[in-house]
Amino acid sequence: MRELKLMKGNEAIAEAAIRCGTDGYFGYPITPQSEVMETLMAEQPWKTTGMVVLQAESEIASINMVYGGAGCGKKVMTSSSSPGISLMQEGLTYIAGAELPCVVVNVVRGGPGLGTIQPAQSDYFQAVKGGGHGDYKLITLAPASVQEMADFVELAFDLAFKYRNPAMILSDGVIGQMMEKVELKPQKPRMTEEEIIEKYGDWATTGKTRNRNRNIITSVELSSENMENFNHKLQAKYKKMQEEEVRYESINCDDAEYLLVAYGSSARICQKTVELARAQGIKVGLLRPITLFPFPEKPIHELAKQTKGILSVEMSAGQMVEDVKLSVNGITPVEHYGRFGGIIPSPAEVLEALKSNFLEG
Amino acid sequence: MTEEIIIAGFGGQGVLSMGKILAYSGVMQDLEVSWMPSYGPEMRGGTANVTVILSDDKISSPVLHEYDTAIILNQQSMDKFESHVKPGGILIYDGNGITHHPTRKDITIYRIDATEEAARMRSAKTFNMIVLGGYLKVNPVVKMENVIKGLKKSLPERHHHLIPMNEKAINRGMEIINKVE
Repeated sequence: MRELKLMKGNEAIAEAAIRCGTDGYFGYPITPQSEVMETLMAEQPWKTTGMVVLQAESEIASINMVYGGAGCGKKVMTSSSSPGISLMQEGLTYIAGAELPCVVVNVVRGGPGLGTIQPAQSDYFQAVKGGGHGDYKLITLAPASVQEMADFVELAFDLAFKYRNPAMILSDGVIGQMMEKVELKPQKPRMTEEEIIEKYGDWATTGKTRNRNRNIITSVELSSENMENFNHKLQAKYKKMQEEEVRYESINCDDAEYLLVAYGSSARICQKTVELARAQGIKVGLLRPITLFPFPEKPIHELAKQTKGILSVEMSAGQMVEDVKLSVNGITPVEHYGRFGGIIPSPAEVLEALKSNFLEG
Repeated sequence: MTEEIIIAGFGGQGVLSMGKILAYSGVMQDLEVSWMPSYGPEMRGGTANVTVILSDDKISSPVLHEYDTAIILNQQSMDKFESHVKPGGILIYDGNGITHHPTRKDITIYRIDATEEAARMRSAKTFNMIVLGGYLKVNPVVKMENVIKGLKKSLPERHHHLIPMNEKAINRGMEIINKVE
């Protein structure tokens, strides 16, 4: 019997975190993602699975608690929204530099600064280009439904542990606040200390035993030669992600003459735009990146060959469009359409933008 | 079947919970559903609206520009959403506090004086269920048995004793809704 529930995206994140056996959540409330911790507090998983749920004194404290937990080989996560995620950037670059796995959820709101509490996608650059200092990348997943909010928690952990790299779920206020049907997976047990030592004992600080060397969690390396070598190692890891972890969905692309590229809530809006366009006889397809890093460069490049124009649609002033342009590499025109500051574009408005860019004049 | 609804009014009128009950009723009827609130810093007294979509098919955009049905519960929402009803669609409104009544000729307009009726029933909290009843009368997208199941799902157990009162309010709403000619 499938267990179908109606819940908000933020609630789905919390439920999925418990069920995939997360060891710890550390966070600080901020709209529009406060339901993540609210749900965790209401569910009280410390009584059932033993998962720690802790409201830290700030976002900076949260991410450093995650750093500590991750260093011990634990499955740990945090969530916040844009201004809070900015505060976490120092911690994130340290975690990436120390090669530790963790999951960070960003339910994006409009910026810059304290901005607005309404949805936006203007943290794309911050998520996929690093965010903090240094040459590092976050594995970045973009859920477009409440079901994916649930499913991507475990996926993000799997990828984070596979590559020993922080993973980000880049959502927004629409997906966080909306309710849809969700099927939750059955409860998985948390890993025992013995299992953690067996699986991650070669790097995690699980307590040194006589028969192994010390594990050191650090991001500091004062020898430039060693630091360059370490950077080569990181880059090789990111290259492997680009080769093996690209995920995307293509909708009505087979015969598409025009292509929309959109992720997250914009992709949902664009799906309706495709329906509206096709009803008018315009052959439009949608490519939805599911991983924003690694970005689906090859599939976009392939589709560019058959299309007369590509419209990148984001709730930002134009960030992902740069990656779309790099993927297309000039073989077909690429334009951007976006609303920002908390305004959500309507499907009809996207269709008008497509027409005015490629079909008129 | 796809029904795209906007419910709009003041915070505190039960706009979001009415949408939630409708969405849960849809789940009980095996429909695809989405519930998208306009969330804001305002609580009681501010404007609140929610988009609910019920469909046999997978739902694409949870955010819309045009609606099959608009349920309008204050003047600000009337000003904002009357023009966003699809031609041939339905507009339902509560007359309380409305100074500019809807004027469109290409949609079907219904009036339900739910504020007044809730006062008469001495239960302001049943207001949204009276409105829901009116809507289900003119557009029975979900069966009554599924609405009751939806109510049970969306209300915490400690409030389950209120279900008969809500059912009564839904039935009353079905009786008092009138088409505006």
